[in-house]
Order: sequence, then structure tokens, then C-alpha cells
Amino acid sequence: MTALLHLALLLIGAPLLPGIINKTKALAAGRVGPPLLQAYYDMAKLFRKEMVLSETTTWVFLAGPAVSLVAALLASLMLPLSGSKAPLAFPGDMIVFVYLFALGRFFTTAAALDTGSAFEGMGAAREVTFSALAEPALFFGLLALVRVGGALELSSVLAVSRASWHNATAALVLIVASWFIVLLAETSRVPFDDPNTHLELTMIHEVMVLDHSGPAFGVVLYASAMKLFVFAALVATVVLPQLSNPLAGAALCFAAIVVICIVIGVIESGMARLRLVRVPQLLITATLVAAFAVVLVLR
Amino acid sequence: MVGLAGCALGLRGTAASLTIPWGVPAGAIAVRVDALSAFFAAPVFLLAAAGVIYAERYWPASRPRGTYVRFFFGLLTGSLALLMAADNTLFFLAMWEIVALSSFFLVATESTGSAARSASWLYLAASHVALLSLFAVVTLLHSMTGTWRFAALSHAAAASPAATAVFWFLLVGCAIKAGAMPFHVWLPSAHAAAPSHVSALMSGVVIKMGIYGLLRVLSLYAATPSWMGETILAMGIVSSVLGVAFALAQHDLKRLLAYHSIENIGIILTGIGVGLVARAHGATAIALLGFAGGLLHVWNHGLFKSLLFLGAGAAIQGTHTREIDRMGGLGRRMPWVAASFLLGAVAICGLPPLNGFVSEWLIYLGSFSGVARVYGGFGWLLLISVAPALALTGALALACFVKAFGAVFLGVPRSTEAAQAEEAAPAMRAPMLVLAAGCLAIGLAPRIVSAPLARAVAVAGGLSGSVAGALAPLQAVAIALAIVLGTATTILLLRARRAPRAPTWDCGYAAPSARMQYTASSFARTLVQFFAWAMPPVVHAPRDLPLFPAAARHETHVPDTVLDRALLPLLARLQRLFGLARYFQSGRVQLYLLYVAATLMVLLVWSFR
Repeated sequence: MTALLHLALLLIGAPLLPGIINKTKALAAGRVGPPLLQAYYDMAKLFRKEMVLSETTTWVFLAGPAVSLVAALLASLMLPLSGSKAPLAFPGDMIVFVYLFALGRFFTTAAALDTGSAFEGMGAAREVTFSALAEPALFFGLLALVRVGGALELSSVLAVSRASWHNATAALVLIVASWFIVLLAETSRVPFDDPNTHLELTMIHEVMVLDHSGPAFGVVLYASAMKLFVFAALVATVVLPQLSNPLAGAALCFAAIVVICIVIGVIESGMARLRLVRVPQLLITATLVAAFAVVLVLR
Repeated sequence: MVGLAGCALGLRGTAASLTIPWGVPAGAIAVRVDALSAFFAAPVFLLAAAGVIYAERYWPASRPRGTYVRFFFGLLTGSLALLMAADNTLFFLAMWEIVALSSFFLVATESTGSAARSASWLYLAASHVALLSLFAVVTLLHSMTGTWRFAALSHAAAASPAATAVFWFLLVGCAIKAGAMPFHVWLPSAHAAAPSHVSALMSGVVIKMGIYGLLRVLSLYAATPSWMGETILAMGIVSSVLGVAFALAQHDLKRLLAYHSIENIGIILTGIGVGLVARAHGATAIALLGFAGGLLHVWNHGLFKSLLFLGAGAAIQGTHTREIDRMGGLGRRMPWVAASFLLGAVAICGLPPLNGFVSEWLIYLGSFSGVARVYGGFGWLLLISVAPALALTGALALACFVKAFGAVFLGVPRSTEAAQAEEAAPAMRAPMLVLAAGCLAIGLAPRIVSAPLARAVAVAGGLSGSVAGALAPLQAVAIALAIVLGTATTILLLRARRAPRAPTWDCGYAAPSARMQYTASSFARTLVQFFAWAMPPVVHAPRDLPLFPAAARHETHVPDTVLDRALLPLLARLQRLFGLARYFQSGRVQLYLLYVAATLMVLLVWSFR
């Protein structure tokens, strides 16, 4: 039952998030902006369209979108979106959670290199470089949470740590701050990547999928919306109180995710993309912040 | 032929020795196979058999030095098997020496080239330094136990200064043999110079003998203090992070794979270190996870690294170059090799649902369980830092293998040789498919290895217990992931069956060429610069260009910091220092006789004093 609620929330709710971010940015700029449901329209249109493939590509090119979609889907099952327990919980599931996204990254970047385009190769290089720096931050945060939560399952860890906000406040604040930066990096938002840029040379995520078209591109859009959903949910579940009613819990969680998206929209309206050479510095900052959280809980 | 016979014999033996420990004491040549030696021996037979079949087409007898390679390959396999079965310490060392010598001759196969010659001499020198160190281990053990067998040390003996000395000699000897940082100097060039199926065996099992030796001798200690585990753990972390950083900077496909061996030896040592530290603090559950992860990684690395070397061999045979940036687009020409290489690449990055993930997951679990119950102390901090270090290693390995797989097999061919490459012969594909199946099997059903793993851990770490329970949910998730992944990819592929083809979109540029592709060096540049503190790159770039510059070259490569910047300059200095002794070495026999006479006179005077 909770698993169904979970999947429904993810599958139906995820494409709303880019719409919320774009609407926020439009409002901040004084525009009307695209409709909230634009991502749904786009996907519906793309799934009906024909696919055009590059002459150089192999099956790896199509494995990219498929793997990233599946990875986000499976990872979401390990988060307690609706209540205390996630549909999929076992000791060590948090490592699987992180590595699923790594699997998706392997195939997304390999698919980009499959086209033989210089631009897509550049995007792939940036993606693997920045993620390599973001991953330790994620693990430092997990270490601190495991220390506070005293368990090895992601959902129990999150449940216990939420209950201990009063005695580990500083550490949890640091984790949320660090993971929010990781969220921005992993989902290719400002200040790491500008989804609105028009110059391929400056893109990261958008440039990797230049050659995907039709249903394959629809899957790419869907997968990136899901990834945004899952990472926002991860940050949200650290903060949210625990509710016994799964429906209320799910609603609360979704509301928190929407709030996070609005914050992302505000950030994107307020600042520009960082220069690429500055990006690693911000990611290392995130790692150090998470490392401080570990230090705080270890004492 | 010798090799084939040896393998057939061995493969029959594995089935029995995997489960049944038996002993045949026979004078000085004492042979005993227990769970630990059987655990290390199993991949030897599998990989040697795979290598022999692969060599049927890769290095046939008709090729120059064909019989030479076969003879030493067989000798290497046989001596490896006896090395692990040896119960007598001197016999153990003798076998190890045969392993080293046959590897030396195999590395020197293409000795017409200076690269293979210098690589083989470097290997010979390094392995003899290691042997010297191991001689010290064996003699010290003899002085403590009074026997030339592997006999357990008593509590008092394990705490004595001699036991400490044994540990340090053992660590240096085994670290050189295993190629752990900073004792790895011989490894990249030796693995790059050897024929690919030999590299597969050397990387897959020969370097693991260092790990075997370490575990075999440490298993004699009744208890190991925490600092021993800490030392091994620190070496493991350094080896894994820097090994993969050096790998990223390589543009020779086999050197890149060789540096990944250093990284994976680091991961194995990390697992063992976690086990030793946790055991010293009485946390047996964590120690079990560490030992099990480290030992399972021995098997896993054997499987996927030899798969990758065999795949690299096929790509090199097709393109006649080891330069990654001269390959490209091989995926369309050799789809089987590409698919197997891809599987090996995903496995070595430690990604689910393949085998590399299972062993790394166990080590992660050890680190996470460690943070949940901290005792304090330096060892515990190291144990906690395992998780972020492994995460960084994994992410860098991912970058490296996306680079290698992408530049070699994807995109457009970068040279005419690459454009004309042909699919490898069935005899070369079959062993690769078997190894790929092995990676898949351990990844999807990790519980099948939990029984032999538990027995090996019991011998190596003196811990009873199994990780089967922990692996059960992982197995379910891995199988589910594989099914969903397969379905999703198939649906998209079916949908794209009749998709029209068009040129790659290059942002409006009408005539994209193969040379415009992103190269492997550019792909890794940012990350390589990130590690410039540990491995400063050497750049040959044109400077002060005139107004109308002529053709210019830009070249970068990353030399091995330990070998090229520390060891070789040091040895050159030493050589100059010892050159002073040349003054006495004139080459005239009369003068030497004078030295002898003078020495005798001095001694005579001394004795009359």
C-alpha cells in the first residue's frame, strides 16, 4: 500500500517540480512564464513523436536514458516518503541509494560519448568531474546520520535523526546545508549549471542529451525530474516531523519538496552560474561542511 | 600445451579443494590446502584456463616466441598453485621465486622493444627486493617457532619485538609483490609490457599473492595490535585514491588498467585493514564485514580485471596501438568485445548490480557500522574515513572508465586502423564471456559465494560467522534492478528499431570530423589537475611563438611520482656515490694482488698486536 502511494507520488508528482521552479523564476522576473504542467505536455508530445538517432550511436546511447530512469525510480523506494518506513529498507541500503545514481551517471555519460560530439563529450567530462567531488559530501552526511540514528537503514536513520533535532541540531543543520549544495550539483541547477543557457559550451546536463529525441528525450526529461524529486525528498526527510497517517505524511513530504523547488527557483532568479573553475571549490565546501557534521556527532 | 595440461589438472582439483581441507606432509616439500589457499587458488585456475584459450588466437604458437610464452605461462600457473599449497616456508619462497622469474620472462616477451626490456628488469629488481624482505620474515619466524612450517605463534611470541619486525618485513615484501602505493613502481610498466593474457593473469592473481602472503603470516598471530591494522588500512586508502588518480591521467590503455590494479589492491587492503582494526577492538561483527569484503574483492578483481585486460588485448590487436586517443568507434566493429568490456567497466567501478559492488558494499557496511559505535582512537577515525575515501575512489574510477570505454569503443574511429578493426575471434571472445558471466553471477547472486568466503575468513581472520544474512536483501535488490534495467532498455531499443539515422548534431557545424571528438586526455584534465599536488604532469608546449608560427606540438604525460621523481633520482645519486669506489677498481690484476697482500699484512699486524 505504502509502496503504491510512493510510486504514485513519484511518477505523477515529479514532472510538476521543473514547472514549479520555472514558475517561481518567471514570477520573480515579472513574467507570466510557462504553465505549471508544461513538463507533462512536453513529455506527452515527445512520447508520440518519432525518434531520430545519430549515425554513430550504438545501443549504449539508448541505455543512458533507460538506466537513469530506473536508477531514480529504485532509489526513491528507499526513502520514507509517506511515513516511518520506506518500501525498501535493509541494512546498508543507503550505499545502494548513492550507487544507483552513480550507475545512472555511468550510462548517461557513456551515452553522451557515444555520439562522438565534442560538446557532449565536454558535458560528460564535467558531469563525472563534479559528481566525483559531490559524492564524498553525500557519504560524510550519511556517516553523521548513521551516528545520530544508530542504525544502518536509510529510513530508520532518517526517522531517528528527525526525532533527535534537539540534541544534534548543529550537525543536522550542517547536513541539510551540505546536501542542499549536493542537490543543486546533482540535478544540474544554478550555480553549477544553467538549465536556460543557450550556449552549448557552458552546459553540463543539457549538452549531454543534445542528440536524444522523441521518446528517448521524453525519458531523459522524466528521469531528471525524478532525480530532482528524489534528492529534494532526501533533504526534506531529514527535516520533516514523522506522521502516523501515511497519506498525511506523503502530503507533508510533497509540500516540503515543493518548498525546496521554490527555494531553488528563488536562488536561480537571484544569482548566476559560477565560473567552471569555481565549481569544485563550492563542492569541496559542501564536503567539508558535512565532515564538520561528522566531527560534531563524534565528540 | 604445458599450460593446458596444468589447467585441466587444476580445474579438477579446485572443486575438491574448495570445500575439503586436506594435508600431505612430505618432508621438506609440505603441501597443504586449506580454505584460505583454496580461496586464492580458485581464480588462478579459472583465469589461467581463460588465458590459455584466449592465447590460441591472440598469441598462437606460430607467432614469434609462441612456444616461449606458452612454456612460461604454464610454469607461472603451476608455481602459483604450488605457492598457495606450500606449507613449508622455504618451499613457499622457492615457489614465489619461480612465479617471479616466469613473470619476468613473460614481461620480457617483446624484448626487442626497449620498453619491455626495462619493464622486465624493473620487475626483476623490485621482486627481489621483496624476496629479500620475505627471507627475513621466514628466518625470523623460524627463530621464533623453531620449525620451517607455518606454525601459529603463541601469545608471548606475537607480542615480542621479533613479531613486530616480522610485520614490517612482511608488509614491505607483500606490498611490493602486491603493488600497493608507494611500493607499486614496477607494476604499471610490467603489466603494460606483457602480452594481454599474461597481464590478465598477473593483475588477476599474481599480485594477489602479496595479499595471500600477508594474510597467511598474519593468521599465525594469536592477536594483532590495532596499529598493524591501522598501517594496512592507511596504506589501503592511499593506494586506492592515488591509484585511481594516476589511472585517470594515463593515455595508454594497459597502463590505465595497471594503475587500476593498484587501486583495487588498495580496496582489498582497506577491507583487511577494517577487519584487523575492528578485531583488535573486539568488534567481531565489523571485522567479519571487513575481512569478507576484502577477500571477496580478491575474487571480484580477478574476474573483472582479467576481463578488461582480455578486452583491451582484443582492441589493441584490432588497432595495433595502445594509445586510447588513437582508437574510438570500436563498439560498432567489435560489439561482443565492447559489451564484455562495458560489463567489466561497470563492475570495476563498483556499481550495482555487478560483483564489484558486493565487495565494496561489505567494506562500506563495516565502516558505517564502525561509526555507529565509536570507541575512540586513531584506528577508529581511520575506519570511519573509509566510507568517504571509497566514495571518492568509486567516483574517480567511474570517471576513468567512462573515459576509457567511451574513447575506445564509442564515437567515431580516430585512426584508419580503428576504422578497419575486426571483431575478435571466437576463441578470444569465449573466455571473456565466461569471465563476464562470473561477474554477473556474483553480482546478482552474492549468496553463492558466502560459504567459501566464510571458510576463508575463518582461516584468515580467525572469525566465525557468515555474511550470507547481510547479502540476502542485496541479492533481491540486485536481481530486481537487473530485470527492470533490462526491460527498460529493451523497450527503448524496440521503440528505436526503425528510427531514421542522421549525422550527430554538432550545433550547426556542417562537417564534423573524428578529430573534433572530445579526447580521453581532455575528458580527464580537470580531475588530473586536481591531483597535480601528487602527480605533477609534464607538459611539452610550444612557447614564445613568433608572429607566423610553424607547426607545433603539444604533449603532456604524467610520470609516476614515486618512480620517476623519487626512486630513480635517489638511485642515480647512490650510483654516483658508489662511483667513488671505482678509484680502487682499476682493472689491473697486479694492483688487486697488491690490495690482497696489503690487507693480509694489516691483518697480520692486527693479530700480533
